[in-house]
Amino acid sequence: MDFSLTDEQRMLQDTVERLVADQYGFEERRGYMKHPQGFDPAIWGQMAELGLLGVPFSEEVGGFGGGAVETMLVMEAFGKGLVLEPYVASVLTAGALIADAGSDAQKSEILEALVGGELRLAFAHTEADNRYSETLVSTGAEKQGGGYALTGEKVAVLHGDSADKLVITARTAGEADDAQGLSVFLVDADAKGVTVTGYPTNDGLRAANVKLDGVQVGADALIGEEGQTAELIRLTLDRGAFAVCAEAVGAMSKACDITLEYIKQRKQFGVPIGTFQSIQHRMVEMRIALEQARSATMKAAARLQDGTADERRKAVSAAKVQVGEGGQFVAEWGVQLHGGIGMTEEYNLPHYAKRLVMIDHQFGDVDHHLNRFSAMMDMPESA
Amino acid sequence: MDIKFTAEEQAFREEVRAFLKAKLPKDLSEKIRTHRQLTKDDIIRWQKILYEQGWGAPGWPKQFGGTGWSPIQKAIFAEECALAHAPGQLPFGLSMVAPVIMAFGNDVQKERFLPRILSADDWWCQGYSEPGAGSDLASLKTRAERDGDHYIVNGQKTWTTLGQHADWMFCLVRTDPNVKKQEGISFLLIDMKTPGITVRPIQLLDGSREVNEVFLENVRVPVENLVGEENKGWTYAKFLLGHERSGIAGVGTNKAELRRLKEIASTEMKNGRPLIEDPAFRARVARLEIELEALEMTDLRVLAAVQQGTSPGPEASMLKIKGTEIRQELYNLIRQASGPQALAYQPEAIEDPEADYIGPEYALTAAPVYFNNRKITIYGGSNEIQKNIISKMILGL
Repeated sequence: MDFSLTDEQRMLQDTVERLVADQYGFEERRGYMKHPQGFDPAIWGQMAELGLLGVPFSEEVGGFGGGAVETMLVMEAFGKGLVLEPYVASVLTAGALIADAGSDAQKSEILEALVGGELRLAFAHTEADNRYSETLVSTGAEKQGGGYALTGEKVAVLHGDSADKLVITARTAGEADDAQGLSVFLVDADAKGVTVTGYPTNDGLRAANVKLDGVQVGADALIGEEGQTAELIRLTLDRGAFAVCAEAVGAMSKACDITLEYIKQRKQFGVPIGTFQSIQHRMVEMRIALEQARSATMKAAARLQDGTADERRKAVSAAKVQVGEGGQFVAEWGVQLHGGIGMTEEYNLPHYAKRLVMIDHQFGDVDHHLNRFSAMMDMPESA
Repeated sequence: MDIKFTAEEQAFREEVRAFLKAKLPKDLSEKIRTHRQLTKDDIIRWQKILYEQGWGAPGWPKQFGGTGWSPIQKAIFAEECALAHAPGQLPFGLSMVAPVIMAFGNDVQKERFLPRILSADDWWCQGYSEPGAGSDLASLKTRAERDGDHYIVNGQKTWTTLGQHADWMFCLVRTDPNVKKQEGISFLLIDMKTPGITVRPIQLLDGSREVNEVFLENVRVPVENLVGEENKGWTYAKFLLGHERSGIAGVGTNKAELRRLKEIASTEMKNGRPLIEDPAFRARVARLEIELEALEMTDLRVLAAVQQGTSPGPEASMLKIKGTEIRQELYNLIRQASGPQALAYQPEAIEDPEADYIGPEYALTAAPVYFNNRKITIYGGSNEIQKNIISKMILGL
């Protein structure tokens, strides 16, 4: 039992926290959002220079060789700054999927450019009718000549409008919810037949709907084995869920700090409102929600690192439930304890609240993960 | 970061398991599993078994006959005991008065009291709360006036858990009424056989008789039974509060009760299917398990910090709040799972394991246990007081 970080992990944490502290002031962030991609390409370049874009990748492609704990440290720091860059989309989901299952050619072509900051990816899986399902995929990939033709529509593709290449899940065989027959393709965002419609999200990030109209790709666009990628997709979605859990822990922690500071300063009836017990107790409950969310996320990190697939799925679902409810609790009470200023666009706290609430809409919400956990729940032998 | 137990810790867990398998009497574990009432003899019997094993005081240092275990070892022991349905050890002597005597008592007191706590030859109770002093404990009114070699104690204590069996009571008394309320309190050890002490049981809402009122009328307590210095009792009481708290999350007990909840929900039928297959009920069980898994990690994080020498401090208040909230929800779900058969009130059967009763075994205690455990967010510093502590000590409010 050891919760301490290695020296390397501590250095990584320092690096990311410094980047966020130096570059991600509230006003700066508002400036970054005005860029057409929804983030500042210069910061993305800095992330590349600092080696952050290679954190989960092997040293062969210029990476850091980090695991889930490293991901957690990066994402928690990003959560504190509400970082806008497409790190989850590019690095932790689409990139990690290629690192897992890509051919040597794909790895060297894509990952080196990704680590260097020259190429961005997005993971296109969600469809309008599949909600948060891992295997319910209607987008089809039909064999055509030596390659495939992709048809269908993906929605809410995180940072889909700033990606150079899309990692797309599609069905090459089987029906509706079959785990068999799921494949993954690497597609240029500007390929013929791809229509990307970008939009801002309610938490200040960007997403896109991606329409695929008979998009022709070669056999070399396939990532992993044709029809055999259900577990790869599950793992990728779990990594995404875990990443936003860690981000939420950072955002919850910052939202708690901001609120605590505020209730110490804000005076009504001649005294700081933090002297009122009803407000103190709510603040305490916010902190407990934070610690519980952090614990669940740490357990998910451990299981992602060395658990079985089932252990990983259970722990990620547990974390997403804990973070989903705890994050919303901190968001709502953070706004409430601030009163009117907590409702304004010009103040920082509401932006944390928005991100915390919208995180529940990514990689499976509380109900989705509660069902998933519930289905896997251990039962006593005698029962 | 590594959340696995070490090989030594794992071996220790196996040792505890083997011991419990060999030495925990079946009649006791069955009583605990089914929430029957333990007798005084049951509790003493288990303490003596632990004592013979050398494990009578998991929390004590070796010099006083304790195990000298690390915080992680203590947590493993507590968890395995809970999972095996071992009776809890009586906290009043072992983890409440003993640490105060060790820290502030004189050598005579240490030699006189500690060995008999360890061997369960003395049964201790806690004389803290009074009718007018609950959360505001320092406002206590029980007076102790010096008369030669004695204090004359007059007043009333209440909510004295299992005081009906007690040989001794550690008691907060007011020795100086003319100073700030915290500064006039002393810590006295009172022989319960002393003339002038009357113990009156209070029946609780579930029908149980575990707490008492204790009336003290001109009770003569030898001055040698004062712990530490006169008027420093509040310091010792606060020290005790800090000490009472390892294992406060009750993770092991919560796990055992979660297992029991699943067993009950697998037995009870709803629309011809086991209740646990009902998605709405199952989701509530799952939600609670998720919260408990997170609490287990939070507990381990605090333990790891303690292991490295940080004091548990106010973080323990979080563990108390969450641990008791989870426990209450477990008993709530067990009560609900038991369905209409939880209506029958059969106190004789709860007290007497041989008695007949109507309905399934789990329904017998489902509602009484639920009602009884409303106490856990009230005692040991109510959860509101815990929030005040966190608010002040961690948040600086």
